[in-house]
Amino acid sequence: MADVVEFELVSPQRLVKSQAVSMVVVPCSEGDIGVLPGHTPLIGTVRPGVVDIHDNGKVTESIFVSGGFVEVTPDRCTLLAEEATMVGDLKQDEAQARLEAAEKALEKASSDIEKANAEAEIKTAEAMLSAMGASVAAH
Amino acid sequence: MPNLKDLKNRIDSVKSTRKITSAMKMVAAAKLRRAQEAAESARAYSERMDTVLRSLAGSFAGMEGGPELLAGTGEDQTHLLVVFTSDRGLCGGFNGSIVREARRLVHEMKSEGKTVKLLCVGRKGSDLLKSEFRGDIVDSIIGIGGKKGIGYLEATAVSDRITEMFEAGEFDVCSILFNKFQSAMTQIVTNSQLIPFTSDEEEGAVADSGELKAAYEFEPEESEILEVLLPKNLGVQIFQAMLESSASEHGARMTAMDNATRNAGDMIDKLTLTYNRSRQAAITSELIEIISGAEAL
Repeated sequence: MADVVEFELVSPQRLVKSQAVSMVVVPCSEGDIGVLPGHTPLIGTVRPGVVDIHDNGKVTESIFVSGGFVEVTPDRCTLLAEEATMVGDLKQDEAQARLEAAEKALEKASSDIEKANAEAEIKTAEAMLSAMGASVAAH
Repeated sequence: MPNLKDLKNRIDSVKSTRKITSAMKMVAAAKLRRAQEAAESARAYSERMDTVLRSLAGSFAGMEGGPELLAGTGEDQTHLLVVFTSDRGLCGGFNGSIVREARRLVHEMKSEGKTVKLLCVGRKGSDLLKSEFRGDIVDSIIGIGGKKGIGYLEATAVSDRITEMFEAGEFDVCSILFNKFQSAMTQIVTNSQLIPFTSDEEEGAVADSGELKAAYEFEPEESEILEVLLPKNLGVQIFQAMLESSASEHGARMTAMDNATRNAGDMIDKLTLTYNRSRQAAITSELIEIISGAEAL
């Protein structure tokens, strides 16, 4: 069996990343999933959080995703994310502004869909902030 | 014989028209490249989304009572037709062909006794359809894709609107009508059904992924995933349609403006020829007058 997984990260705008990795950790809605080569085929939803790409036992890249879907086959891992940003490119004040805007939207939301959207947006912004906190701590 | 001064003015005005059309052509060409890139890079996402959805939908195929977005309401009395056009004109037959097809579809469905509702994306579509189907237009969405290009958020705004209407039971079947980008010269008017979910290559694909889909594990439950995935797919489909439509628009505009520039060039040539002829004629007749005057002395 091959010792790498083909990892693909796709956002609606573009193909963000396509490379062979030894392990990738995906934040799924029911807990993080570490995908190693030979993983059982799986389809799952992804919560806002950080995807860690591991190579040779070390985290080589961390990418923030704002939720989506993951499809895993034994030699492939495809992550469909609505938004994907390298953790290093996240901006503290932007995330803060997003959080505030989302909280305002939630207050004003009249329909169920608007409310759900605003809640999802709050979760995304919070996850963004915590992702940055983690990366600051690591440095 | 046309007046020399008039001819001169005419030539100047055609020349400035040519300048404008050739500038528009260049702008459209630059925008086309960007729009085309965007459309192509977005294709990856929608294709993968389609694969996942199809393997999920496959497991629901024979079952009763799947989510309504997948299975439909069981009726097809009221149709929602989403028509994608541009906000601006001067792009050849781009809007015309979409509107013609929309008209045909509406008449066809009406003659079958169905109710049709129209959702226009882009100003031109609602302008052109308003005269005939004023009462059927539910809403027009204008101003998509400004300076920054088309964002995914704009697409989800449209799809949220559609989902809301669907959940309120305002229609049974939803399809979109847009220009699919083939090349700068050709756009294909495409009609694809969004709700209930169908896939173009459904049968072939099921055969291909037959053994794969059975083996998937789902986390959380299939039905839960499907509930989230279906509205999302709607957004992605609409996003894709918007991108295709904008690439087509720029392509169509580029071709139209290229033609216009060429026509203006031809016209200038013709006018210059007439201008020179009449100038020559004026000179000749003046000469004749002088000579005959001199001879008479």
